[in-house]
Amino acid sequence: MKLLFTIQGGDFTRAGHPSSEVKKVLKQLDIDGKTIKNIVIALYEAEVNVVAHAWKGTVSVEIEENKITIWVSDEGPGIADIELAMQAGYSTASKEVREMGFGAGMGLPNMKKNTDELHIESEVGIGTKVKMVNYFS
Amino acid sequence: MKVSEIIEKLDLKVYSGQKGLDREISGGYVSDLLSDVMGNAREGEVWITLQVHHNVMAIASLKDLAAVILVNNLEPQENTVRHSDDENIPVLGTNLSTFEIAGKLYQLFNQ
Repeated sequence: MKLLFTIQGGDFTRAGHPSSEVKKVLKQLDIDGKTIKNIVIALYEAEVNVVAHAWKGTVSVEIEENKITIWVSDEGPGIADIELAMQAGYSTASKEVREMGFGAGMGLPNMKKNTDELHIESEVGIGTKVKMVNYFS
Repeated sequence: MKVSEIIEKLDLKVYSGQKGLDREISGGYVSDLLSDVMGNAREGEVWITLQVHHNVMAIASLKDLAAVILVNNLEPQENTVRHSDDENIPVLGTNLSTFEIAGKLYQLFNQ
């Protein structure tokens, strides 16, 4: 099964829509609750990263019998130093974004913690591609 | 303990999500950092915060939280109210500070 969503940079009102849809589908498929929770946390964080930093992006989801693969790709500023960005507490979010309670430098660590596989590719000035895989138990 | 019971015992205001007043509460979580709540709050908890925007409800819904309590007399934004009604997750309010309301809720849970 495949699902596709678009994300508009800066539009916080729609953040959480893809995660919410994916959660519903996984519930219908009777995937275990813990796995759904992990996937939802990771996807929500990835969505918020696109909204907070990029100009626009897509979320592409493929659900197979034993796993779910999520690609979140954006056109945006990119990440100059991925290793640094992965450190808890490191953030480049704007003041406005921080005032909303985002940008605490917890997003990427949350994604790492809640996925079985996390791959990030990024090119400064072009955009970022995130691939996340979770296996169903 | 149900959401309706803490409303009565802690004298909370109900802004929205009235259909969710029967939700069962498993505990509480206090944070104004959304990723912290996303990563660490657990299903059925009541979330105490000063954030009033719509993303609060996105998180409450994704995490299956029981209710949200806004502190210091803060009021939810209009789309927060709408989302709360759609999801049947109550948004509640208090004139107390985070410290005070968290302390009272903790006490209720450990009676």
